[in-house]
Amino acid sequence: MSLSEIEATTESEQLEQPAGNLRKEAWKRLRRDPVALVGFGLIAFFVLVAILAPLIAPYAPDAQPGRGMITPTNIPGPSADHWFGLDASGRDEFSRVVYGARQSLLVGVVATLIGMAGGLSLGVLAGAFGGKVDAVIMRIVDVMLSIPGLLMAIAIAALLGASLWSVMIAIAIINIPVFARLLRGQMLAQRGSDYVVAAVSIGVRRRPIVLGHILPNSISPVIVQATLTLATAIIEAAGLSFLGLGSADPRVPEWGRMLADTQRYLASAPHLAFFPGIAIVIAALGFTMLGERLREAIDPKYRR
Amino acid sequence: MTTTEPLLDVRDLSVTFARKSGPTVHAVDGVSFTVRPGETVGLVGESGSGKSVTSLAVMGLLPRRGVRVGGQVLFDTDDLLTLPRDRMRDIRGRDIAMVFQDPMSSLNPVVPIGVQVTEVLERHQRLRGDKASAAAAELLSRVGIPDPTRRLKEYPHQLSGGMRQRALIAMALACQPRLLIADEPTTALDVTIQAQIIELLKELVQDTGAALVMITHDLGIVAGLCDTVHVMYSGRIVESAGRRELFAEPRHPYTGGLLASVPRLDAPRGAPLHPIPGSPTDVLRWERGCAFAPRCPNRLDACTDGPPPLETLPGRRLRCLNPLSETEEVPA
Repeated sequence: MSLSEIEATTESEQLEQPAGNLRKEAWKRLRRDPVALVGFGLIAFFVLVAILAPLIAPYAPDAQPGRGMITPTNIPGPSADHWFGLDASGRDEFSRVVYGARQSLLVGVVATLIGMAGGLSLGVLAGAFGGKVDAVIMRIVDVMLSIPGLLMAIAIAALLGASLWSVMIAIAIINIPVFARLLRGQMLAQRGSDYVVAAVSIGVRRRPIVLGHILPNSISPVIVQATLTLATAIIEAAGLSFLGLGSADPRVPEWGRMLADTQRYLASAPHLAFFPGIAIVIAALGFTMLGERLREAIDPKYRR
Repeated sequence: MTTTEPLLDVRDLSVTFARKSGPTVHAVDGVSFTVRPGETVGLVGESGSGKSVTSLAVMGLLPRRGVRVGGQVLFDTDDLLTLPRDRMRDIRGRDIAMVFQDPMSSLNPVVPIGVQVTEVLERHQRLRGDKASAAAAELLSRVGIPDPTRRLKEYPHQLSGGMRQRALIAMALACQPRLLIADEPTTALDVTIQAQIIELLKELVQDTGAALVMITHDLGIVAGLCDTVHVMYSGRIVESAGRRELFAEPRHPYTGGLLASVPRLDAPRGAPLHPIPGSPTDVLRWERGCAFAPRCPNRLDACTDGPPPLETLPGRRLRCLNPLSETEEVPA
């Protein structure tokens, strides 16, 4: 989008009558935001690759089509037959990176959903009841936040044993306090607002006030946070796999472990580090770009 | 005045806010008044006079922490201040409802109007689904919102300020409460809309037979609406009288000042306005004397010796040592 086009859109935006609700307006702003669109494009690309992996990848992830071409001193790099080259076992690196998207997406989404569910439950309890309930929950959250995230994830994953599930759960747990604190703060800010007092004044009970009035007004930042958490979850998942805490099955390609396996060949086959690394960056970057811009679109403080 | 039993009987209501730093604030002190069925009562005063706090205390809407509420608020025979929370929730919206000052923020911005109006019907009249929406649409049309079925699906920001206040009035009157408290319902609206809203309130209150407590700083509203008026200053009632008596013959210097400060169309052109000198921050604490004394033209030395008592005169209650009219003797 050229500069004049951008200016033209902002002008037409100002001329337009405020239509639709706040979320629609946010959505409208988002659709015109080139950064958000690029982020969305990266995410779409990443998701499509994960879904269509069997169609895209020329080889199965555990096939060894280049077995005969591997020697201790020579791991062939990118070529016409093997776009990303071969790995140390003669497997097609391109196919493995493509299949690896599935693992990253799965871990990222599941870990974020579990973390969000846990965090929202705690946040709703703290925000709805306040007082002692709030104090107890928030102190627990403070303790969790005081431990460095990756360190705690490593401890949890190690405790649960190396598997895909333990990675997901470890990442979910370290994200629980983030969501809990965010939602609780949003809800507390809404509690004294006029529409809540007005709802109380017509006799609405506490549960519908919390779930029907306060929660819908507090959820937008949580959606933003979830998008950003997806990015960090993908990186953390790669980190845990890199440390050997991921799935125990070596045939399942996972970007983090592909990086770990590559360490010995870094000098002779740098492409083995480059391609999985780039994949992680692209996936995380997509979610980060969209998340940041989503935050700006929703939060009036960022409006320019 | 009629002799029917009062619907609402506020007795010696006091509200104090405890603060972590600084002294506690007596927002409302010794306020007593009654509202009879179908009566319209005005609570008049400037910002900080305690009129809104009084209404919130009656509704039980003050935050529990740091606030002490004393006295009695009798509704029928129940003391609303000591009623269990569940029973109070049943009363709110069904027997007593409230219309707030700011229609922009008193509706939930992310919930359609229809959901918010039907919520009160579901809560108190157990209406569900189509019945509830039909009743909600009828309510909206009754408060003068055109095309109500379409409006029910819209969000608050799609309605104008006047429409929103109408929607809030519809919510408040949905269950035909016997008492409606309106806390400056027109302050946030345009002048032209103000008149419409007041007219609407007047009509609805007459139709449903609800009693109305109108909280306002606008004497014009009081003159057009209220049967009885209570003038508050710095948390206490300083003068109570019927509307006619109060406007014809204000006795408290503050009431007199309020009336004199209203611009008059029949005044000669260029005639100066008559503000009350000073500002409401120049108040004494009532324990030390009359809070209005620093701004009062009729001030006596005795005014700052101690709090003036609330005297009951024929058709009037008055808290002043040196009231305006000469026909009464000045108490020593």
